[in-house]
Amino acid sequence: MRNILEFRQVDYSYHSMDGEVPALENITFSVGEKEFLVIVGPSGCGKSTLLDLIFGLISPECGEIAGDRDSIGYMLQKDHLFGWRTIEKNILLGLEIQHKLNAETRAYATELLQKYGLYDFRNKRPSELSGGMRQRAALIRTLVTKPQLLLLDEPFSALDYQTRLNVADDIGSIIRREEKSAILVTHDLSEAISMGDRILILSARPGTVVRTIDLTFDPALSSIERRETDEFKHYFSDLWKEMNQLVP
Amino acid sequence: MSRNDLSAQDLYVRKQKHTKILIRVLQYAILIAFLVLWEISASLGWIDSFIFSSPSKLFLCAKRLLANGDLTGHIGITLMETLVSFALVIAVTLLVTVLLWLNKPLSRILEPYLVVLNSLPKSALAPLLIVWLGANYKTIILTGMSVAIFGSILNLYTGFMETSPDKIKLIRALHGNTAHVLFKVVLPSNIPNLFSIMKVNIGLCLVGVIIGEFIGSKQGLGYMIIYGSQVFKLDWVILSILILCVIAMVLYFLLGRLQKRFTRE
Repeated sequence: MRNILEFRQVDYSYHSMDGEVPALENITFSVGEKEFLVIVGPSGCGKSTLLDLIFGLISPECGEIAGDRDSIGYMLQKDHLFGWRTIEKNILLGLEIQHKLNAETRAYATELLQKYGLYDFRNKRPSELSGGMRQRAALIRTLVTKPQLLLLDEPFSALDYQTRLNVADDIGSIIRREEKSAILVTHDLSEAISMGDRILILSARPGTVVRTIDLTFDPALSSIERRETDEFKHYFSDLWKEMNQLVP
Repeated sequence: MSRNDLSAQDLYVRKQKHTKILIRVLQYAILIAFLVLWEISASLGWIDSFIFSSPSKLFLCAKRLLANGDLTGHIGITLMETLVSFALVIAVTLLVTVLLWLNKPLSRILEPYLVVLNSLPKSALAPLLIVWLGANYKTIILTGMSVAIFGSILNLYTGFMETSPDKIKLIRALHGNTAHVLFKVVLPSNIPNLFSIMKVNIGLCLVGVIIGEFIGSKQGLGYMIIYGSQVFKLDWVILSILILCVIAMVLYFLLGRLQKRFTRE
């Protein structure tokens, strides 16, 4: 399997007049093609910093990051849909910025709108949509630019539980169907197990890689179906113990 | 049940409409009552109509001045100077604010100067400007600008800096550059802010233009007010003030219409 992203001994610190706060230390890992990596860790362990580093919003102080930045799609924690644009115009924002707006990409946007039940709402303003719909709109905004690697920064945390399971299931299956790679940051352990191929556990600040867990499930299972298997329970108790050791 | 709902809705709509009409009627009633009281007290000699004038005297005065074309000339000049200085204020404000936003160290260096210039009573600058640049309409436009420009740069810059950092991060996350941040987030999210600055500025420009005309002009409503008071033609003074009220109101109203058109969400 070819790696599409590699971290080699990466360090990152935040600086202020009060001093230096190390956020990440000696991070080494890689993500392969079509792989779904989940990063879990206690809050404040630098998970979001890690995503910013991957995307290139910030640069590492030490170490090396290899990968093709142009084919990364970054989905932030909140939808940040613009109130002055309609849903459709919001979804086309990424294409506009990347000068990829043409008949073909518009048709793809329309296809995604229909697939995710937002087509009838395409001319509405974001304030007229529910939280789940807005999050789906944000996902379409990211997907429509056809990234190879998706970065998901707790994208479901703003949703109610039922919507959250459904949207996570949807997104998981799209990513597999479209043969994309993904890195999901979450603090929800069952979400991590139900969606990932591999879990990377970070320690409390400064974050270091404590352990990786490879997940083996029947590839035909959806993320909701995974939750009903015995392996799921086994992985969950393993992960639970590990996390409790990090935060006693 | 549904018939009941309908009539409750009708009742609500009727009540809302009724309130709206009542407010409009009372607004006109105050104006009419004021004019009537003014006219009566002038004609009955409760007030001296030589210094307080009266609606009928003003009407005749306006008719006379309109007939010989003087008044339209004065109004035109003042209006032109106000609109030009307003347009220049908006253009310069946008330009300078974008430059300051692009160059944060520059904005930090210039901040104390902007604050001082903004808190300075700008009417104090007008005599100086007229001596330096001469008594012409360009100087008066500059006086109008000087009153509004510094405050509007400071306000717009504050608005720019308050743009949600998460929204800026979103543009970066979509592989956007600084120009995209400016045109897709910072400017659109500041349109309501820009309109409220414009609404304040149109009034300030008018104030600046009148100050300029007071000091160094042979034309315009400001000149009419000063000249009228010097030769004791108080009809002219009061008429000019009333016309200024109307101009201010119309300009504000037009901006409000423009704002509604641009900020429908």
